[in-house]
Parts: sequence; C-alpha cells; structure tokens
Amino acid sequence: MTLPARDSYDLVVVGAGPAGMGAVAECAGQGISLLWVDEQPSPGGQIHRGLAAPLSALAGAYQRGLALLSAARAAQAEYLPGATVWQIEPGASLGVSVGGASRLVAARRVILATGALERPMPIPGWTLPGVMTVGGAQTLLKAQGLVPSGRVVLVGTGPLLWLFAAQMLAVGARPALILDTTPAGNARRALRHLPGFLASPYLARGLGLLRRVRRAVPVRRGEHPAIRPRPAGGLLIAWESGEAEADLILLHQGVVPHVHPAQAAGCALAWSEAQACFVPVTDAWGESSIPGIAIAGDGAGIAGAEAAEYGGRIAALQALAALGRIDAATRDARAAPLLAARARWLAGRAFLDALFLPKPAQRQAAPEAIACRCEEVSGAALRQAVRQGATGPNQLKAFLRCGMGPCQGRQCALTVVETIAAERGLSPAAIGPLRARNPIKPVTLAEIAAMPVSEADIAAVLGRR
Amino acid sequence: MFRRLPEAESRPVIPFTFEGRPAEGRAGDSVAAAVLALGELACRETAISRTPRGPYCLMGVCFDCLMEIDGVPNRQACMVPLAPGMRVARQRGPRQPWP
Repeated sequence: MTLPARDSYDLVVVGAGPAGMGAVAECAGQGISLLWVDEQPSPGGQIHRGLAAPLSALAGAYQRGLALLSAARAAQAEYLPGATVWQIEPGASLGVSVGGASRLVAARRVILATGALERPMPIPGWTLPGVMTVGGAQTLLKAQGLVPSGRVVLVGTGPLLWLFAAQMLAVGARPALILDTTPAGNARRALRHLPGFLASPYLARGLGLLRRVRRAVPVRRGEHPAIRPRPAGGLLIAWESGEAEADLILLHQGVVPHVHPAQAAGCALAWSEAQACFVPVTDAWGESSIPGIAIAGDGAGIAGAEAAEYGGRIAALQALAALGRIDAATRDARAAPLLAARARWLAGRAFLDALFLPKPAQRQAAPEAIACRCEEVSGAALRQAVRQGATGPNQLKAFLRCGMGPCQGRQCALTVVETIAAERGLSPAAIGPLRARNPIKPVTLAEIAAMPVSEADIAAVLGRR
Repeated sequence: MFRRLPEAESRPVIPFTFEGRPAEGRAGDSVAAAVLALGELACRETAISRTPRGPYCLMGVCFDCLMEIDGVPNRQACMVPLAPGMRVARQRGPRQPWP
C-alpha cells in the first residue's frame, strides 16, 4: 500500500465501482495525470465485489465488470486501493489515508463515484447480533465465498433482496423465508411508470429472477416486522400475521446515495421525493454546485450499475474538456451515445422506485426501535427531543448526539430527518439534511501530524514569509 | 450461520488469533468476514449500553464492526484485510484513553 506519488493531479477519481471504472476508462490515452483512489482492497465496487477471483456460480454476472476493469486499467491511472478519502475541500484538496499514513493532494478536477449505501431499516431488534444487511451478506458471498446457513430469513423490499435470494439458490443455499415488506398499494402507484420499465433492459432480467425465487422460497407479507432474541438462542421475527424463528436475519429496503463525500466538499443537496432521500444537485454532465467537482453513479441518485458506468464516462468527458484535452465538439460527439444508453436504463427506474419505495412509517424509527445505532438513541427519545425544541438533525446533535458517533450519521441521518419531519408535520425537504463535516472518516491526530509539510505550510502557520 | 463454499475453502489458510484463541481464515478475508466465518456473530460490546453488536453493512459505512486489531482499538474490521498472525479481539465499550 502506497501513498499518492504526487502533490497535485489533473483529475482525481474517488471510487472504483462502475462509475469510477467508467470515468477512468474514458481518460485512456488523454495524457492527464490521474489519481484513482478506492477504499476497498480491490476494484469493482459493491456490485463487482471479488472481481479479481469471482465464484464460478456467479461468474456470468462479472463479465461486464471485467471488461470495464480492463478498459480502466488501460488508462494507466495511479490506482490506490485501500485508500480512504477523509477530507474533501472545495479547492479541491483531498486528504487521503493509506495504511495509516496520510497525504493532502490537490486536484484540478474531482469525480466522486462513491456509490450507494443501504437505506436504514430501523425496526425493533435491528441492532441484534445475527441481524445484518442483505448487501453485507452479499459482500461476504462475493468476496469471501461465505454463504448464510441455518434458518435464514430475508426481510424487506427492493431488487437486491430478490437478487440475493437468487444468488443463494445459485450456490446451493436456500432462504427459509422471505418476508416481503413492500407496502400494499405500491404496485398500483408504480403502474403509471410501467411503459418506461417495459422499454428498459430491466424487464427480462427481473421477471426471470422473481420466478426462480418464488418457486423455491416461501414468501410472506408484513409491513412492520420486529425482531427479538430467543431465550434459548437464535432470533424470532414477528409481523402482523405470523412469526418465524431464525439463525440469521438479513434486512434490506433499498439503497440511497452515499452523500457524505459530496457534502463535505460543500456540494448542494436536494430532497428526492421519488427516491425518498437527499441527492446531490448535478447537471447532465454530473457537475455539482461546486466548480471542479462532479458526482457520477449512484452517489448522484440511484440509477443502477449500467447507468453508473455511463455517468462516469460522461463526467470524465466533461473533465477532459475542462482540462483542455478535448474540445466541446469532441466531448459532445463522444457523449451522445453514452447519454442515449444511460437514458434507456433511467427509463425503467421510476417504475422500480415507485414499486419498492418503503412507506414513511417504514422509514421512520418506531418509538421502541433504535434510530441511531452508534449512540443507541430510540425513536421515542427522538420524538421527545423534537417536542423539546429540536428543529432538525443538526440541532438534534446537541440533544441526543445522533450523527456524532463513529458512522457520522451515515446510518441514522435519513431516519432522523424523516422522523423529525413527521413529528413536526413538515416535509423532509423543509427539514434539510444532516451536515457532514470533514474529516468524513475517522483519522488519528497522529496521522495528521505526521503528514509531510511544505515551506508554504510552515509559513502559513507561523504567519510570516 | 455462515459456511464457506468449497472453492473458497481451498484458498490459502491465514492463521490468526481471536480473543487469544488460535483461529484460521482464508486469503481474501476481511477481519470481520473471518470472525463471522468462525460462527461469532458479535464482534463488540457497544460504547453506550455495553450490549453485544455484530458486523452490519460489511462495506465500511456503519462502523458496527469496530474491533481491537493488533492492540489498536476502534478499527473497522470489515475494512481491514486479514493478515497472518493478527491478534483480533472484541472491542469492549468505548476505546480507553491513553494512560
């Protein structure tokens, strides 16, 4: 593991999922200095975890990722895996930590391709050992070949839940039960978006998958499950019309953009009603409200892996034009087919968003459920703080420390905002997001103190030339 | 709670210790994955209520898998690649201040 070799770069791409790989691939042969940092030990992002050594049963799904990775490798970027970006300043200067040492690098352009995280599912018992996210279990399968065993219950809604059930079947495992929490009425609300979905490439893929899973796994419906430990060991999950014992419970109710890096850089966010989350404000090229910083892929709004690759490529073309490597006509000509391809995938998205959107009560913490996992704050405590005068997530920090634990609000921010909004009778847009501040990942003072300093740095601190 | 697929089982063995006991992981494991593969679902006691908590997201965003690795507390076990000889222990409560 090595630190960035230089102090400054033409372009820094953060993230090595489809958007990051697409952005880097597009820069091949352009002669720019390009730093490519990723927090994970190997490229691919969450969708292509374990890309270096895919399991044979899942290898088919990696073909596109492998092709994209080899295109990205051809760009000869300085690729740093295991590198955590803990600071992004509008300048744009980035704090990068690798193996316990840090360095600040300056970038003329930055593309943030930091992807998505799973939407919190704050039900009673979601903090118990043996309860984890579907995405987490999928990571263990893809990267380490670990398959959930015993009585495995999948709980929630969204394409990933069904995909993972199908992947378990593909490797010879079988969930004991799927508890589908999709709100009644979603299908009706999604119907008006059906034409776009029918025209998108999602249709064939989704139908076959649902059929395979439904044939092999019992499916129950319930909108408000709760989990508790069994005295004899193991877990019990109960819902409106039933209960089941489980050894492992996997939760999922969709994914939302991971906005901390964009927020730290000062990029404006807006509330998306369709996806019920905050999304960075971007234009068609992915440019944020901060000059020089673009956001590509699911981090700019959930659109899936294919759209993310196109988004990364489109953002890179804009960066190359801004750096003077290509002219506007070349940029537009190269972007046209990418924009068209992305539009085909985006066309199917509104249907999926509407079909799988958890209802507000499923996105707020029930009084008896933990809202903030780090500081162990309950939904009841949250509501009481609102009645005592906490107006939003940033004021709430002073009351309850929500968002001040090690995850810095990544897990609780949306729950907190939506619960406050409901309690105050306002929209989440009116409440606004939890502010994320640098450093956006924990870094020790020793590591900051040990960073190399220039003569200019010393002069700045001493206040003389 | 987890079993390893045969093709992953044949990856090179990585010896380490968990709570002082000898244990084995496989090449490509994160510390969190190796601990889960042992059948240990709880990796720490929380800082506030001191109740058991396990890894949750496995991608570095939830900070629920904080463990003490080679004597260093508060490390994200899902982000640390397992290395031979690592000493892995549960994080119990908040990290203690330096003496």
